[in-house]
Amino acid sequence: MTVAAAHDVDILGTRFDGPAPEVTVSKDMIKRGVIVAPLIVAVCAVIWGANGAWSSMYGIAIVLANFALAAGLIAGAARISIGLMMGATLFGYLIRLGLIFLAVLLVKDASWISLPALGSTIIITHLGLLFWEMKFVALSLAHPGLKPDRA
Amino acid sequence: MEAFSALVAAADEAGIDPADAKNTAAAAGAGYAYGLAAIGPGIGIGYLVGKSVEAMARQPEAAGMVRTTMFFGIAFTEALALIGFVVFILLKFA
Repeated sequence: MTVAAAHDVDILGTRFDGPAPEVTVSKDMIKRGVIVAPLIVAVCAVIWGANGAWSSMYGIAIVLANFALAAGLIAGAARISIGLMMGATLFGYLIRLGLIFLAVLLVKDASWISLPALGSTIIITHLGLLFWEMKFVALSLAHPGLKPDRA
Repeated sequence: MEAFSALVAAADEAGIDPADAKNTAAAAGAGYAYGLAAIGPGIGIGYLVGKSVEAMARQPEAAGMVRTTMFFGIAFTEALALIGFVVFILLKFA
């Protein structure tokens, strides 16, 4: 039965015009990223000095832009077809990795850059924001009637 | 370390500057590290999105929930590639 159902679906023709949940999630994470940025910058400034502070700001900007681009690509493609969404997600992954590489390559020799600060900021901000946001989304998915405090 | 020592000895014999040989080996190692770190998440994201699209096509009314979960899955999988990338920049440029 499930096999027959799988044959009936039209992957290329199916599209979603409604609100894009990934854009909402991404906006939430960007807001939280902006809120937590001063703390990350301060910690990096204490450990690596002024260069660490500038590098961490750059790292936070890279992570937030990466989230926004990922959500934008998925939402834009889902309005056309979910088949295209699949392609956009996969090629978007490659494109975003390339853009991050380019962003680091452009500044690697700059006088204000501290690569350990930049690297650790990218990883910690990316994972930290995901776990933070997941806490609220997990509550919403498990109990759709509940509206957890999003602050 | 032994491999680097052997490389330096071989470079010395061939008349190549050992520092150059070491830098070349480090660059190749960093490149392989980044490439291998990107392959795993690529496979993971492909599988994840494929299954999500299948779920959305079968049950369009659950698409919002599936897309939210999919976005988190992609972002967590991508974190692995980012860790590989950070190792790469530290090996190559630091």
